[in-house]
Amino acid sequence: MTYAMVARRVSGLLLSALLLLPLAVSAEDAEAENLPFSDLTMTEPERHVSATEECVAPEAVMRRNHMKFILHQRDDTMHRGIRTRRYSLEECVNCHAAKNEQGEYIPVNAENQFCSSCHTYAAVNIDCFQCHATKPVRASRLNGRSASAAHPSGGPGNAPHPFLVSEGNAQ
Amino acid sequence: MSDTSNRIDSARRAFLNKAGAAAGAAAIAPGVFLTTPAVARPADQPVSSEKRWGILVDTNKCASNCDACVTACKDENGWGSTEHHSSQEQQSQWIRKVEIRNRSTGFVATLPLMCQHCEHPPCVDVCPTGASFKRADGIVLVDKHICIGCRYCMMACPYKARSFIHEDLEDQLPWAPRGKGTVESCTLCVQRVDNDGTPACVEACSAENHNALVFGNLNDENSDISRELARAESIELRADLALNTGVRYRGI
Ligand code: SF4
Ligand code: SF4
Repeated sequence: MTYAMVARRVSGLLLSALLLLPLAVSAEDAEAENLPFSDLTMTEPERHVSATEECVAPEAVMRRNHMKFILHQRDDTMHRGIRTRRYSLEECVNCHAAKNEQGEYIPVNAENQFCSSCHTYAAVNIDCFQCHATKPVRASRLNGRSASAAHPSGGPGNAPHPFLVSEGNAQ
Repeated sequence: MSDTSNRIDSARRAFLNKAGAAAGAAAIAPGVFLTTPAVARPADQPVSSEKRWGILVDTNKCASNCDACVTACKDENGWGSTEHHSSQEQQSQWIRKVEIRNRSTGFVATLPLMCQHCEHPPCVDVCPTGASFKRADGIVLVDKHICIGCRYCMMACPYKARSFIHEDLEDQLPWAPRGKGTVESCTLCVQRVDNDGTPACVEACSAENHNALVFGNLNDENSDISRELARAESIELRADLALNTGVRYRGI
């Protein structure tokens, strides 16, 4: 559900409330005091969606199937050591995490952020982030993606992480 | 000890026979082979049992005052000082330094102890959900998506190699997911190994110039670890259990 659809639904509710109100003398007065939902404010979710880079699949496909993609990837990586990046949860986070005013990454599961905004609306719990990183930690290894943060400690063992030196594995 | 190391040898021999048959044309003189350089496994290819990863720990080289391997493991995998509410006994421990003393001679040795990546892992035998499993290349892991935190595996492991996470965690590392209610242990730095890397502990030990840890493919006769194992005596801890561990020790 897009923000526009949510906004339409909410304004529809407001409109029907208006119509049902028998004494709708002045819309402004009523809105301020009596109307149901009159204190409801919609905030634009902080979804970080790149204007220049495509997602790994069309948006409609991702909306419907992202959970299947990452579930499949999860088993492939965990049990068979397949480490393609296209449906890697880490790459989702790398791309979709937004930054705050200080330029620090906000967790993707924080209120109103990329993952949580939809999941809260749909009332579907996300279990991923009990274990998985919620912010970018190292550069993206998905071909053609802009780099994100480096490991804060400068990389494990102070040497370049093996992931950082082997580029071009994205499928 | 002897029959388990025979088992490893026979598996290696079987593999090398196959490999040798394929590479037969590359023999340039009796006993001299042109070996193809190790090619990195493409990211979309699964691991296979052609490799079996292991570590040899030489306790003669392991310095008693050094815990570089433990620190490196913490840094790489993000455990240690991440649990603020658990008692010290409850906190995770993927690898630890153990001191052993010969009571009659007084000789003291130290060694790092971690998951031994058993060929016949008791943790996998007892796991009721299938969360504990052994990869084709011998690395024993916990699939935390499946683990219910029953901790049977912790009871079954003869090496006390596993830990249970008792509290909510934050700021995990992307390559080492870990969370409350699941069991974890040394992964042999699977995220590095899958990219032709070396476990963080082994790298750190070399960086300290101790070189007490040798990592490599037990199924490859020419790997550093196989040559070392062939060159001098080594043991499995609790060899009587016949688990055929991937981690071997020397000097104790
Ligand atoms: S050392 Fe323990 S945790 Fe590791 S494979 Fe063996 S039984 Fe399992
Ligand atoms: S704690 Fe998890 S991995 Fe260990 S036996 Fe229970 S389900 Fe299996």
